[in-house]
Amino acid sequence: MNSLLSLLPERLAWHVLLSAAALILGLLVALPLGVAAARHPRVRWPALALSGLVQTIPSLALLALFYPLLLLLSNLARATLGHGFSALGFLPSLLALTLYSMLPILRNTVAGLTGVDPAVVEAARGVGMTDRQRLWRVELPLALPVIMAGVRTAAVWTIGAATLSTPVGQTSLGDYIFSGLQTENWAMVLTGCVASAVLALVVDQLLGLVERGAERRDRRVWGAGAAGLAIGLVAALAPLAADLAPRPASYVIGAKNFSEQYILAELMADRLEGKGARVTRKINLGSAVAYRALAAGEIDAYVDYSGTLWSNVLNRKDNPGRAAVLDGLRAELKRRDGVVLLAPLGFENAYALAMRRDRAQALGIRTLADLSAKAPQLTMGGDLEFFSRPEWASVERAYGLRFKARRQFQPTFMYRALGSGEADVISAFSSDGRIAADDLVVLADPKGALPPYDAVLLAAPGRADDRRLHEALAGLDGAITVQAMRAANYSVDRDADKRTPAQAAKALEAGLRP
Amino acid sequence: MTEAILLDHVSKAYGGSTVLHPTSLAVPKGRFVALVGGSGAGKTTLLKTINGLVVPDAGTVRIDGVETADRDGPGLRRRIGYVFQEVGLFPHLTIAENIGVVPTLLGWEADAIRARVEELLDLVALPRETAVRRPAALSGGQRQRVGVARALAARPAILLMDEPFGALDPITRAALADDVRRLHDQLSLTTVMVTHDIAEAVLLADRIVVMSDGRVIADDTPKALLAGHPDPAVEALMQAPRRQAARLRELAGE
Repeated sequence: MNSLLSLLPERLAWHVLLSAAALILGLLVALPLGVAAARHPRVRWPALALSGLVQTIPSLALLALFYPLLLLLSNLARATLGHGFSALGFLPSLLALTLYSMLPILRNTVAGLTGVDPAVVEAARGVGMTDRQRLWRVELPLALPVIMAGVRTAAVWTIGAATLSTPVGQTSLGDYIFSGLQTENWAMVLTGCVASAVLALVVDQLLGLVERGAERRDRRVWGAGAAGLAIGLVAALAPLAADLAPRPASYVIGAKNFSEQYILAELMADRLEGKGARVTRKINLGSAVAYRALAAGEIDAYVDYSGTLWSNVLNRKDNPGRAAVLDGLRAELKRRDGVVLLAPLGFENAYALAMRRDRAQALGIRTLADLSAKAPQLTMGGDLEFFSRPEWASVERAYGLRFKARRQFQPTFMYRALGSGEADVISAFSSDGRIAADDLVVLADPKGALPPYDAVLLAAPGRADDRRLHEALAGLDGAITVQAMRAANYSVDRDADKRTPAQAAKALEAGLRP
Repeated sequence: MTEAILLDHVSKAYGGSTVLHPTSLAVPKGRFVALVGGSGAGKTTLLKTINGLVVPDAGTVRIDGVETADRDGPGLRRRIGYVFQEVGLFPHLTIAENIGVVPTLLGWEADAIRARVEELLDLVALPRETAVRRPAALSGGQRQRVGVARALAARPAILLMDEPFGALDPITRAALADDVRRLHDQLSLTTVMVTHDIAEAVLLADRIVVMSDGRVIADDTPKALLAGHPDPAVEALMQAPRRQAARLRELAGE
């Protein structure tokens, strides 16, 4: 529990910074837009419709969409102005959350202003106020309670949605939720949820105080609310101030969103820190996001898998064999993106179709070829990306697989689904500790439809000649056996006596093949 | 002498329907004029052309001989007192702030505004303690007294009133009407009041302008109109006060 809470100040600080910046930016845009929309019906309809539309986009998708957009803009800026900006992390999260926070503010500003008693508006004109004076002296003060209610809604939404900025590489309280879900560490998930909920409640109450004070025109009440917000903001951001001090060159280690990636990221980070480097971790990156972030130099190193790179990055559909794939990747990634393939780690984490041993034996299934005959009676469970990956298309085509049903699961729940009978076959990972622990069989692939998935260390173009990185990661070449990786993964994923990825990384390091 | 208010063939239409046919009206300084007529007769529209709350489609408006189209609307309205039908006090401001709103807009010193507010509270017969209260804490009659005080705050020479006593009970109404006439005389105002209550117009005004369907159909002193008018609509309108007067004489005679 203590190790959970030790990360809280930094995650909370980023969460608060992100939410506050998005809310302030949202206010700066939505408030004038709301005033214009209230005055001019011609602005009102498109503004409300557009922000309503933004609201219907799931917030996770909105965050995800900003990454490629910003990457494009960044590349454009680099090409025209000579330098780009980071398309990962803070910026896409900020923009998506700003858009997200706008609707309640906009809607309530319009409702508040158009709801002012027409007799009072007429009186304001009649006593000789200009349009501007009428807005500031009469309409805005009278609409303030309604506008503040919108700001409160926006604040609560933004704080909640900010947990979703984790997959685009922004540290937030969502790190607890995503990592916890992945490693079935419910205490961790709960920590993230509770912290985010408490933050939202506190901010809501303080804004409520400002609202009541403004309504009663009681300076002490709204002053107390505003002071509470200011003090809270400064206190929450304090841990980040320490980061502003000059510091040694720092490395960013990336990880995708599953346990093995967390462990390997910790292993690399430990080694770099052992060499005196500062390391930042960007974990829970989407599979495609991770590679592009590396190519753009936003992360310095991470572990990917040869088959994934082969089919998803190079768009290859053939399978020339393990060595040829590795050689092809080494040359092609370097040529195309400047990405350096440092070394294969020595184990494979292949996509493999797996079944419960008793079920496979009862149905007489040992290979994917056997499976094709029985598939119409079976349900196939895949992780969230499996069915959209070229590997699935290739297997489906090679063996003519037609299942009764297909279901998608978070990896954690996919294994559970196999146990409870909600799925008969799943897209397992060959290095997953649960294959042995749950007594599963991996179905053979006689046609070689699935490419090899050697875990490989990748380094960013800018780190191609970085001595410290090379020295720190030296000796990992072929040093991790699949048994060692499975054991490490299982120590994090199991239900009892769970280890953190950092602890598992230390154990893995101690047992490396010399 | 120049007329305080001079409307020359002003007209107004909204979306093709004419609410005010070309109408002329001259109000000499110091007069109290009542605009009467049924709803939709165009009285309020005519009243609002005087301070530019309604900009006429055609015709000219002169205040003290100067054409108002040449001046900015807000500046004009700060110089003309206006009492609204629905009072229209600013609910978020105190009574003192409501009364002081025009002097504030005109940039008076805070001390001058404070002194003026107290003076006006006395003038409209409201206790000075009401200064710190909000409109919601006042009765309907008190609120309209504040409305009158607000209209007079910047010492305008012209006072416009749109059904100022419409929502009040008869006793409050009579008392406030008397006070308004007293203020009109005391402050040498030029007053134009819209009302649908002909008896009120007869009792308060020096001159009554009767409107119907966006046109002026009669314009004379109360006494002359009571004596008789060729237009049957005006005659019908004057029946009520005549009957009331006759009945009162009867009662007094007994």
